[in-house]
Amino acid sequence: MARVVDAAEVAPRTYPWEIAATDLRVRAGRRMAVDGVDLSLATGVHGLLGPNGAGKTTLIRALATVLRPASGELDLLGGADVREVRRRLGYLPQEFGFYRRFTVREFVEYMAWLKEMPKVDIPGAVQRAIERAGLTDRADSKLKTLSGGMVRRAGIAQAIVNDPAILLLDEPTAGLDPAQRMQFRQLLRDLTEDTCVVVSTHLVEDVAAACSDVILLDNGRVVFQGAATELAAAGTAADAGDSPMERGYSALLARKGAAG
Amino acid sequence: MTTEWHASTALVRRYVAGDTGIAAEVEWAVEVHLESCAECRAKVVEHASVAPLLDQVWAAVEPATSAVPAGRRRRWLATWASPAMVPWLAMTVLVTLMALVADLTINNSYPSLVLLIAPIAPVAGVAAAWGRGMDPAYELVAATPRAGLYLLLRRTVAVLVVVIPLLAVTTWLSPVRWLLPCLAFTVATLALGGFVGMRRAAIGLVAGWSAIVVGPSLVAARPPAVLEPAGLGVWAAVLVLGACVVWLRGGAFNRLDLR
Repeated sequence: MARVVDAAEVAPRTYPWEIAATDLRVRAGRRMAVDGVDLSLATGVHGLLGPNGAGKTTLIRALATVLRPASGELDLLGGADVREVRRRLGYLPQEFGFYRRFTVREFVEYMAWLKEMPKVDIPGAVQRAIERAGLTDRADSKLKTLSGGMVRRAGIAQAIVNDPAILLLDEPTAGLDPAQRMQFRQLLRDLTEDTCVVVSTHLVEDVAAACSDVILLDNGRVVFQGAATELAAAGTAADAGDSPMERGYSALLARKGAAG
Repeated sequence: MTTEWHASTALVRRYVAGDTGIAAEVEWAVEVHLESCAECRAKVVEHASVAPLLDQVWAAVEPATSAVPAGRRRRWLATWASPAMVPWLAMTVLVTLMALVADLTINNSYPSLVLLIAPIAPVAGVAAAWGRGMDPAYELVAATPRAGLYLLLRRTVAVLVVVIPLLAVTTWLSPVRWLLPCLAFTVATLALGGFVGMRRAAIGLVAGWSAIVVGPSLVAARPPAVLEPAGLGVWAAVLVLGACVVWLRGGAFNRLDLR
């Protein structure tokens, strides 16, 4: 079914990068978890890769405007104010809580309300989001009856319900089985046309399969940023790993360790 | 326009079915001709099936109509009180009713339990309105434009809508003695919550009130002096001060606090 496209959606962008960060520092508790990150991200799928504790979640939370940066600059959508940014933001936290007694549809509708979508658009947008996330046949099931993978898809549905300009997904493939992971990557590929997607993951193969470029984070700093193929090229046969990507990943992390 | 030419039945059928194989100029010609020829329009009606159109309209309308009323009511309620607040509100109602039963069974000279707990009655519900550990969807909600002071106040209103009528019925006293303290505690929870988190603020206030006021007045079997009408000025001051702090500290409620 065709959807009404309003003028704001087809208006030209007035900013070069959806996400522009300069020397960004963000605290997680007492620790400086993100420690001087420069990023310029436009539309496309950006894989945020790094070992556990590298600061991926903290960085994503800062991009989601739920953590205030300790210092540095962060311009989202050309420096729009927080409320405007949040209207055009989709966010799936790593461990996302939900109301167990809600059905998928109620949950996504509630999130659409929180995202200040116009009331008349909500039912249609919710239906589309649920369809895109592949949950149509379970739309009216209660969340507590769904499996882990389906709950995560409900989480993806709420993230994309407002057709976000920036979509932040923190470890979205954790807990999914291989078939679901492939479905999810397909969904990512479908989304990318006019969305700036940041996906954090610690699975190198996710990045290889679905991301146009890679940001490698270690100890709160960007170790590498470039195309997925460049990451693969950084590795040699001597490095640890089972695929070119994995070898590149461990080579870059080891190089960083040797330099620091 | 003269209308010697008529579209053939086959052509009309293809036109109606939306056949993309018709050459553009032929399609144009048919379109123009139809405007002026009632005979061919009749043919269109004959061959047109309205089913696809109906399907399309139905697809647009259905999501709005198929929602069951119960679900809609629940969603409307959720915009006021998040589902996470419901058990806490239920607990508040239960505790108040238990205090009422105690008041009715214990002799009259004893201070009213309902009155003693009236100021802290809304605290649990308000604390459940926002914050880590209280609302499972906290992180999701925090990243939405509606999050912040507006949402928190909306949820607070929902708590008061439950608690104030309940207290009005159960205290059977004029609201002078408890209404202002009750509001003052509500605002104090929000104000402190902006600094230390809602949960800690609530625990601190409930513990403090229980230790300093409820305990001693139960031991002394005397209504507490702070709830006498003479103390209203102090409660009003707390209310105003708290409201100012909440207003100034409003920005704390649309971000994650990791404490």
